[in-house]
Amino acid sequence: MKRLTTLMLAGSTALFAGAAYAQHTHVNVAMQLEPPNLDPTAGAAQAIDSVVYSNIYEGLTRFMSDGSVVPGLAESWDISEDGLTYTFHLRDGVTFHDGTTMDAEDVKFTLDRARAEDSTNAQKALFANIAEVTVIDPLTVQITLSAPTGALLFNLAWGDAVIVAPESIGDAATHPIGTGAFVFEDWVQGDHINIARNPNYWGTPAVLDSATFRFISDPTAAFAALMAEDVDVFVGYPAPENIPQFEADPRFQVLVGNTEGETILAMNNAREPFDNPLVRQAVAHAIDRQAVIDGAMYGLGTPIGTHFAPHNPDYVDLTGLSNYDPERSRALLAEAGLPDGFTTTLNLPPPSYARRGGEIIAAQLRAVGIQTEINNQEWAQWLETTFRGRDFGLTIVSHTEPMDINIYANPEYYFQYNNPDFQALMTTLNETTDPARRTELLQQAQTIIAEDYVNAYLFELAVPTIARAGIEGLWLNQPTAAIDLTAVSWP
Amino acid sequence: MIRYTVGRLVSLCLSLIVASMVIFTVVEVVPGDPAAYMLGVNARPDTVAALRAELGLDVPKIERYLDWTAGMLQGDFGRSYTYRTPVSQMILDRMVVSLPLALLALALTVIIAFPAGIYAASRRGKLGDAGVMGATQLGVAVPNFWFAMILVLVFAVHLRWVSAGGFPGWGNGIWPGIKALILPAVALALPQAAILARVMRSSLLDMLGEDFIRTARAKGLSRRQALWRHAIRNALIPVLTIIGLQFSFLLAGGIVIEQIFYLPGLGRLIFQAISARDLIVVESVVMLLVGLVIIVNFAVDLAYALVDPRLRIRA
Repeated sequence: MKRLTTLMLAGSTALFAGAAYAQHTHVNVAMQLEPPNLDPTAGAAQAIDSVVYSNIYEGLTRFMSDGSVVPGLAESWDISEDGLTYTFHLRDGVTFHDGTTMDAEDVKFTLDRARAEDSTNAQKALFANIAEVTVIDPLTVQITLSAPTGALLFNLAWGDAVIVAPESIGDAATHPIGTGAFVFEDWVQGDHINIARNPNYWGTPAVLDSATFRFISDPTAAFAALMAEDVDVFVGYPAPENIPQFEADPRFQVLVGNTEGETILAMNNAREPFDNPLVRQAVAHAIDRQAVIDGAMYGLGTPIGTHFAPHNPDYVDLTGLSNYDPERSRALLAEAGLPDGFTTTLNLPPPSYARRGGEIIAAQLRAVGIQTEINNQEWAQWLETTFRGRDFGLTIVSHTEPMDINIYANPEYYFQYNNPDFQALMTTLNETTDPARRTELLQQAQTIIAEDYVNAYLFELAVPTIARAGIEGLWLNQPTAAIDLTAVSWP
Repeated sequence: MIRYTVGRLVSLCLSLIVASMVIFTVVEVVPGDPAAYMLGVNARPDTVAALRAELGLDVPKIERYLDWTAGMLQGDFGRSYTYRTPVSQMILDRMVVSLPLALLALALTVIIAFPAGIYAASRRGKLGDAGVMGATQLGVAVPNFWFAMILVLVFAVHLRWVSAGGFPGWGNGIWPGIKALILPAVALALPQAAILARVMRSSLLDMLGEDFIRTARAKGLSRRQALWRHAIRNALIPVLTIIGLQFSFLLAGGIVIEQIFYLPGLGRLIFQAISARDLIVVESVVMLLVGLVIIVNFAVDLAYALVDPRLRIRA
C-alpha cells in the first residue's frame, strides 16, 4: 500500500512537472478589446497594435518600453546636413514569415502605400513630409523629405509604419505576415488569436514557444479568468478596484505603468463661453485632479498641467498653473461676466475614466456654479457628433497617441484652439533636428497651451498589468499600444 | 391544414420584409460612421473618405438596402466593414456556439420545468406546491448575469471544475465544447425554467378544473391518471407558446451571458458590431435573429394545430 502511494505520488509529481513544463513555453494573454482586423497600417484600433506590434510586424525603428526609439529593421542610418535626406541601412538576412526576403523594395512599397492618394492609413500625417523613397540597393533605402522632420525616426517607430510586403498585404486583415519573432497561427474571431515562435527570426529568438491572446471586456469576467488561472497576463486590467486583492495574492504580480494617454477635459474654444480664456481658466481651477484620480481611477494616474507625458524627459510640471482653487474659479467667472455660472454639455465616451471621472468633475464644476448636462455617448457616436461635428461644450477623452502636442496647431481640431504663435512654434519644431533646441521648443509649447488654458488637463492615464508571479520581460509602460512578448519568459 | 399552413407562410414572408426595412432604417439612422470609427482621432478627412469609398459606404442608402436584401435572398450577407470577412461566414462561426448553447439551455429549461410544474400542480396547495412555487419565484427574480457570476466564482474560481469562460471549439471533441457551455447554459436556463414551471402549473390547474377532467374522474380514473392522460396534453398549448418565445430569447438574449463567459457567439458579435458601427453585420445578425423568431413562431403555430385539432378545422 505504501509502495502504491509512493508510486502515485511519483506519478502525480511527474504529471505536475509535465503540466508546469507545458506552461513554461506558452502564455495566455488577455486584453479587453478584440482587434477588428490585424492590419496595423489600415486602422486606428489600439487592439491591433497590442497583438501585432513587435510580435508579428516590425518597422525601420521601434519603441522600447521606456519610450526610447531604437533601430528595428534598419540597422543604422545617415542624415544629410540639411536634414532632408535619410539613408537607411537595412539588416541583412531578414525574411517575412512566408519566406520572401525583406529588402529595400518592401520599404519603398510600405511607405509609398501609406502616403498614397487612396491610403487608408489612420496616421497618414506621419508620412506627410516624405517626398520620395528611393531604392539604392537591396539593403539601402533613401527617404527624401520636403521639409526637415525632426520626428521622422520617432514617426517610423509607430505601428502604422511597420514594414509589409506587397505579396502578402492583401490578406493582412485576417492573416498578417511580417518579419517579427512570432508567426501568426490562427484567429478564431470573438475568441482568441494564436501566435508561435518564428524559427527563422533574424534577431534574438523569442523564449516562448507560443502565445494566445484572449479578449475579455467584462470586468467581473476578467477577475474570474485571472483567479481561475485561465489567463496568465492581463494587460489593461479593467477593474482597478480589485488590484489590492491581486497585490495580496502570491500567485500574481501587479505592474502599473504609464501610457501616452493625456486625459483632458476638452473645451470647445470656438463656442461661448469657452471662447473666453477667463472661463477656461475658471474651469481649470475648479477641478481637484487628485480627487478625480482617486475616485475614478482608484488612484492610478499622474496629475498633469499641460498636454505632455510626465515621464518624458522634456516634460515641464505646470500643474501649479491650474491648481484646485474653487474661490479663484468663482472670482474668474465673475470677472468674465458670469457671476452666476452657466450651463453647458458634457459628452462622455464609454471608458471609465470618462464616465466615472465625468460624474466627479460635474460635481466639482457645480460647486463653482457651472451646471453640466451629461450625455453618455458610444465611441462611434462621440466621433461623429463631438469629435467631427464639434457639437459639445465639454468632453473628457484620453489622447493616447505619443507626442501629440501638435494637435494644438490644428485650428480645425475638435477643441478648435487657434493660436498663430503656437502654430508657428510647431512649424519651427518640425524643422528642428538639434535635440537641445527641440527640448526648448517643446517646453515652450507646453507652457503656451497651459497658460492659455486651452483644455483642463487632468491626468496621465496609467495601465495596470496583472501577471502570474515570476513572468518576466513584460512591458511596464505603453509608449505605444503593444504587448511585446518577444522577451517574455516564465521562471 | 394546407390552407392554414399557407396562410401562416404568407404572414411569415410579409413579416420578414417589414422587418428588413425596419432594421435597415433603424441601424442606418443611428449616428456614427464605421470608417471614422476605424481610423480614430488622428485620421485626415481624405483618409476617411478613401476608406468610405473602399467599403462602398459612399453608395446611396436605397441602393445599399436593395443590394443587401438581394444578397440575403442568395445567402450572401455581404462583407463586414471592420473584420473584412464575409458576414455569412462570421455568422456561421458564431452559430456553432450560440445554437448549441441555446439548445442546451432549452433542454435544461424543459427538463427542470416540466417535472416541477407537473409536481406542483398535482400537489396543489400542499407543501410540495409551496416549495416549488417559492423556488420559481426566486428563479424569476434572480437576474441571470448575477447568477452567472456566482456560478463562475463557485465552479471556476473556487472549485476549478471548469474554466471561467472562453470556448475551445468543437475541433478538440464534443466534451470540451459542452463543458465550456454548461455554466452559461445553466445561467440562461434557470430563470427560464422558473417561468416555464409556473406556466406549466397554472395551465395544468386550469385543465384540472375543466368538465372533461370531471368526466374522466367520473368514469373511474384517479386524479393522477386523469392528469397524465388528459390534462397534460391539453395544457401544452400555452407551454409551447412560451417555449417558442424562450428559444428565440435564448438565442438572441445570450448577449450578456456571452460577455460574462467571453464566448464567441452571436451575442458577442452583435455587441462588438454595434460599438464599431459595423452596420452590415448588425443588420444581418438582427435580421437573422428576427427571421429565426418568425420561423420559430411559425413552427409553434403549426405545432398548435398538431396538438389541437380544432385549429386545423377552423382555419
